[in-house]
Amino acid sequence: MHRYANPARFMRYSGAILPFAAGLTALLIGTGLYLGLFVAPADYQQGESYRIIFVHVPSAWLALFVYTNMAIASAVALIWKHPLADVAGRACAPIGAAFTVLALVTGSLWGKPMWGTWWVWDARLTSVLILFFLYLGYIALADAFDDPARGAKAAAILALVGFVNVPIIKYSVDWWNTLHQPATISQLGAPSIHPSMMIPLLLMAVGFTTYFVTVLILRMRAEIIGRKIRTMQLLQVQKKSTPSANVDGPPAAPAAESPS
Amino acid sequence: MSHFFAIVRRDVRLALSRGSDTGTVVVFFVLTITLFPLGVGPELNILARIAAGTIWVAALLAAMLSMDSLFRADHEDGSLDLLALGPLPAEILVLAKCLAHWLTTGVPLVAAAPVLAVLLNMDAEGFAVLVISMLLGTPALSLIGSVGAALTVTLKRGGVLLSLLVLPLVTPVLIFGVSAIDAAIGGLGPRPHLFLLGGLFLAALALCPWASAAALRLSLE
Repeated sequence: MHRYANPARFMRYSGAILPFAAGLTALLIGTGLYLGLFVAPADYQQGESYRIIFVHVPSAWLALFVYTNMAIASAVALIWKHPLADVAGRACAPIGAAFTVLALVTGSLWGKPMWGTWWVWDARLTSVLILFFLYLGYIALADAFDDPARGAKAAAILALVGFVNVPIIKYSVDWWNTLHQPATISQLGAPSIHPSMMIPLLLMAVGFTTYFVTVLILRMRAEIIGRKIRTMQLLQVQKKSTPSANVDGPPAAPAAESPS
Repeated sequence: MSHFFAIVRRDVRLALSRGSDTGTVVVFFVLTITLFPLGVGPELNILARIAAGTIWVAALLAAMLSMDSLFRADHEDGSLDLLALGPLPAEILVLAKCLAHWLTTGVPLVAAAPVLAVLLNMDAEGFAVLVISMLLGTPALSLIGSVGAALTVTLKRGGVLLSLLVLPLVTPVLIFGVSAIDAAIGGLGPRPHLFLLGGLFLAALALCPWASAAALRLSLE
């Protein structure tokens, strides 16, 4: 695993993967949107407005998937002190939060014509909202420290605690909901879905996943480059402040190789 | 074991000698509850309907408010470093701190809750369950909150952040605590809810000290 810990090697490989991931994303989401919006038939009950599921359902899946990724990256960072896992965990959080917001907004847009209200305290909506707060807490904690390495470590612990808690929150919210929910709007049921709708949905789900990979790579590369720039600026300042003494000072390690 | 109780005794004595800590938390609790009739209106049937939830939410906020001081004072005067160097493992140290925190804030909250339930016109059947659910729930709050307190102890303004970190994590405690009271008032058995609440407490007891200790070690690095 530590073979890939070297940021220079990561930059090389990720640079090679990036165009493919981006191309695949465009292809999958393009096809998925075309099939979903133009080819798939309208629903006999919900008419055209059901088509928002092609965005809504994949976002909701990704909201959880990204959190899982973040927790795995955090575990790797804490257990093996893998330097790139830190970067990956922090890069995941805003993407996951964005997917969570997307799931909430599309859900509420769909809820207005279907349920007649923008928001109901439905079990799924509520637990996704709490998931959003977990993401916000992670981001806030990671940014609260002056030293980014400490922030990443603290946030990693929080991500793991949150990951253990997510299923508990999910089940307790389900329980709470069955106790309090007026039964009128809770059960729309999950009728078996026709292939003409299933295929675009799957395409969109895979497309969203490759989109996540693309953005994750971009964010990680940006973070590594940002650290490189910071190191170079520090070196420059150092050189300026001690113009003669630092000429043959400690050899500046290539910034890309330094793990922190 | 004697080290464990020494820390508990020290923390309880410190809290009692200052007096303000425990007192402030209870006053905050009572004050928050007083705001609800002012905000919602004085109709007794509405207050009775929301009594259980209001008391639990206020207790949750009061516990979070006091959570920030769990490690902070010790960190600021340096005694946390000494405690960490002492004979107790950090996990046990966290447990001792949580026990002391619960004794000085959880227990007063539980004691104040029935009085507030009277003020909110809660159904008499819910009183016993309110106390039991809070006895099971408040230690879980102290334990889960200790993770957030340990993560934010080195930050200058950790208080608000602490609430942001911990409040989503304690929603299950709130849900089962309130459900137990509602079930008791509604004539259903509160036992399943209380068992689940107890399960949450035991899970928090088993898991939270590890996370808090890891966070403390990180903060003291």
